[in-house]
Amino acid sequence: MPWLHWGVIAIVLPLAGAMSCFLWPRRAIPLGLVTALGIVTCVAGLGWQLVEQGAQRYAVGGWGAPLGIDLYADGLSLLMLMATAAVGLGVSIYSIGYFNREKARYFWPLWMFLWAALNALFLSADIFNLYVTLELLGLAAVALVALAGGAEALTGAMRYLLVSLLGSLFYLLGVALLYHSFGSVDIAILAARVESSPAVWAAVGLISAGLLLKTALFPLHFWLPSTHASAPAPVSALLSALVVKASFYILLRLWLEIFPPTSAVLGQLLALLGATAVLWGGLQALRQTRLKMLIAYSTVAQLGYLFLAFPLASITGWTGALYMLLSHAVAKTAIFMAAGNILYFGGHDRIADLDRVVQRLPLTVTAFALAGASIMGLPPSGGFIAKWLLLEAAIRSGQWWWGGILILGGLLSAAWVFKVVGYAFTRSRAPHESRAVPVGMEWSALAMSMVAILLGLFASWPLALMEIGLPFGGKGAE
Amino acid sequence: MIPAVLYALVGMGLFALGLFALIVHTHLLRKILAINVMASGVFLVLVALAARTRGAVPDPVPHAMVITGIVVAVSATALALALMLRVSAETGRAELPEEPLE
Amino acid sequence: MSWDTGMPLLVLASSLLPGLVIFFLPEERIVTRTTLNLAGATLKLALVGVMIWGALYGHHYETRLPILPGLDLVLRADPLSILFVALSSILWLVTTIYAIGYLEGSPNRSRFFGFFSLCVTATVGVALAGNLITFLLFYELLTLVTYPLIVHRGTEVARRAGRTYLIYTIAGGTLLLLGTVWLYTLAGSLDFTARGFLSGLGGAHHTALVIIFVLLIGGLGVKAALIPLHGWLPQAMVAPAPVSALLHAVAVVKAGAFGIMRVVYDVYGIQFAATLGVTLPLAIVAAVTIIYGSMRALFQDDLKRRLAFSTVSQVAYIVLGIAIVGPVATIGGLVHLVHQGVMKITLFFCAGNLAETLGIHKVSEMNGVGRRMPWTMAAFTIGTFGMIGAPPLAGFISKWYLGVGALDGGQGWVVFILAGSSLLNAGYFLPILYAAWFKAPPDSWPAERSFGRRETAWALLAPPVVTALLTLAAGLLASAPFSPLQWARFITTLEYAL
Repeated sequence: MPWLHWGVIAIVLPLAGAMSCFLWPRRAIPLGLVTALGIVTCVAGLGWQLVEQGAQRYAVGGWGAPLGIDLYADGLSLLMLMATAAVGLGVSIYSIGYFNREKARYFWPLWMFLWAALNALFLSADIFNLYVTLELLGLAAVALVALAGGAEALTGAMRYLLVSLLGSLFYLLGVALLYHSFGSVDIAILAARVESSPAVWAAVGLISAGLLLKTALFPLHFWLPSTHASAPAPVSALLSALVVKASFYILLRLWLEIFPPTSAVLGQLLALLGATAVLWGGLQALRQTRLKMLIAYSTVAQLGYLFLAFPLASITGWTGALYMLLSHAVAKTAIFMAAGNILYFGGHDRIADLDRVVQRLPLTVTAFALAGASIMGLPPSGGFIAKWLLLEAAIRSGQWWWGGILILGGLLSAAWVFKVVGYAFTRSRAPHESRAVPVGMEWSALAMSMVAILLGLFASWPLALMEIGLPFGGKGAE
Repeated sequence: MIPAVLYALVGMGLFALGLFALIVHTHLLRKILAINVMASGVFLVLVALAARTRGAVPDPVPHAMVITGIVVAVSATALALALMLRVSAETGRAELPEEPLE
Repeated sequence: MSWDTGMPLLVLASSLLPGLVIFFLPEERIVTRTTLNLAGATLKLALVGVMIWGALYGHHYETRLPILPGLDLVLRADPLSILFVALSSILWLVTTIYAIGYLEGSPNRSRFFGFFSLCVTATVGVALAGNLITFLLFYELLTLVTYPLIVHRGTEVARRAGRTYLIYTIAGGTLLLLGTVWLYTLAGSLDFTARGFLSGLGGAHHTALVIIFVLLIGGLGVKAALIPLHGWLPQAMVAPAPVSALLHAVAVVKAGAFGIMRVVYDVYGIQFAATLGVTLPLAIVAAVTIIYGSMRALFQDDLKRRLAFSTVSQVAYIVLGIAIVGPVATIGGLVHLVHQGVMKITLFFCAGNLAETLGIHKVSEMNGVGRRMPWTMAAFTIGTFGMIGAPPLAGFISKWYLGVGALDGGQGWVVFILAGSSLLNAGYFLPILYAAWFKAPPDSWPAERSFGRRETAWALLAPPVVTALLTLAAGLLASAPFSPLQWARFITTLEYAL
């Protein structure tokens, strides 16, 4: 066992970064950036290690499961870590220009805590550790939402906190029942021991309910739009791109490893809710008058896509869902950054008045359009690859109607993207008041949207990385 | 075995009671308290179910989990209270608006 | 990477890179922008020339990039793609010159020419696509990059037209995607192959294959403006004249028609499609579109709207030629892809000249315009006679092969469609010519601009004259080597294994 494990550093480094940003607030930006680069390096190192040696298990402090805490990394974890690293680096650069000095001293420590929580979550190998990371994640996220100040953001943060705690408690109760039944919290051990029983079903129900609430699957999405819309733009990006995905990741992991194989009905139910989310979120997005609310509703719709893979239960389907998650993370980050630029520039995000600002920010509009192309699944973008894989899986499994949902959702996304982009081509006079947008903010939005497109052109290597340790080769593939 | 099951059922009851209170009450302090009641319920379930067989030494792992859980609950409550104060300072009411603010 | 694998990428890059650079050019850098535009267009033409020459000497130009397990993005120069690439790169050069003249002094030109170049990149991508997924990629890209051109003027009407365009084309792209994925799950391959790759699939799949055919043609029919999917085209004529030229002759409509060719010949194979019984319905749709488009054109007073409905009708000739089983009709369809482009672009250039120079937008304002702008109207006259199908112009060759092919394929009714349509063509074009040449000009034109002793600017006049000469040449020199007709014959021998 190597004494130096990239995964451990990927957790410890942001924690240390958070503390140092907290202790030296004047140096928060350079400290944070150095940490961000360090984390990206760690994730790259971990990726290299996984490619060379396959899936990795690491016993923290030399104490293995069942008593100690294990970390586990396979293709699924790696992809989540990489998505986090990509979005994290982009958001870090973006936030330099976005926050003033006063806000920055709070943003950086909290953001580093959030990053530590995410990395720890994706590397956890036991369901109790997942609970702890989930809580750390939730608390950091709530504080970040509150950072915007003002009634809207504070009530948003408060609602988010209550929802987050509620979800975690449901999850924890489920964990208690599972531990009682099988005497372990380690996912691998549970996977070996698990068998169908009423207690297990109760646990599955509780855990799923808690995680679905945190993932904001329709109809449990009520808290998401106002929270995501009222947060500062970089935080909105983090929430939509990563935080909601973290609870989805747990659900996916548990579904693949632990949940009884007879959960087909539950799979159909999840997909049904997902389909409703796609349609409802899409329609609501179209109805919005404020840009950030629109984007937040689109997140509700996009999260719905992820659940369409559950009844398909094929490797292609899971791969498609994971690719959807990845490309949505990157594209939605770019879109929230673009919205942040518009808000920064013109001081408002009313869609009907956008023509006063959009023409003045061509790079931002380009970023919005490119990321939008990925969201609606046009080639060559990450969203297209995901849609293709999900469609293929739907048709192959004979459940073409889920494919129909994908198609409709794509059309709804196209409708709202072009509703916004259309304003880039109208004649308009210059805004009365505007603030120049820092170059870094415009370019980081554009860079993220380019990544969303490149994910479509170079899909083969993320797809190859996903296969490390065959995360989808277990029960889910039957 | 019987008392352990009883404790666990009480824990479940607390959980349900807290959930009910969280939904019906509008004042934020009551909501925060409700969350704490729910958390206590879950901890009780964990501790009670640690007694796997009658008379044997209870399983220590759930106790460790409960301690961790309490730490998390305390910090969450602290954050919630601080936020509540800010909300009431900002809006004049310690309540969440029914519809998201426009 | 050898020359043979890099060549298709170079052809794409010759418009992509100038396009990207142009986006970042300040508005007033006119010389740099014009140089980039013309250099890119000329370079592309040269590269295509090299590619044709190389293909004749046995070079196999193909680029592959893996995109999904088992699926590659493929760019390949086969005879059919060369036909389309050659057409679009020649017409692009001409249209670029025209657009430079047309947009002189108007705002947002960097944006315009940026998207203009991307539009041609997408078209060339459509032409070179070696399988259905690559085709889909560039087909959708084409939608995205033409939208800014249609709404370029930023007026409310333009935005409405843009919205209609998007609704139609995105819905169409979706159908195409659905059909493509489904086809992939059945066949496990999407590579274009002469005479198709589906005939090996068993009878159990035939119903599915028919539905997929409908999906694919539905998706492609939107851009090809087949009835009832043509609604966007007449609206899109609010775009500046060079864009209309591009939409109608080079890029969008052609991409749809070209896609139908690919699906019928290189995915299904014409014989297998006939076995499935899908060719006759397609021919009927094309025939209805021909007649309907001509009828509507008859009653339009707006010149560009009349031309737009004429496009609806003329592009359906191509589809008709594809849908009739038999080598002669195939030659007619293929060659009309080129001929229609050259003729229609002439007409749109001329319409743009009338609007720019004299402010004429309506047919009823064209009295006596032939005396004011003789060169423009001479080019217009050649274009219209070509459209009607008068010998020895390009349109005659197309119609001749279509008619003979229809008789050859046992579809005698098609001859009546062709005859009826030619009458209608004459009905909506000849009155224009009569008014322009023989009626007395009005005292003043709606909005006249003076260009000294010339009738209009050189950059506006040269392109229609050149394309009118090409129309003449394509007809007169049809039997010369490398004429569109000879190339279409060559492709046909491959598709029918003659």
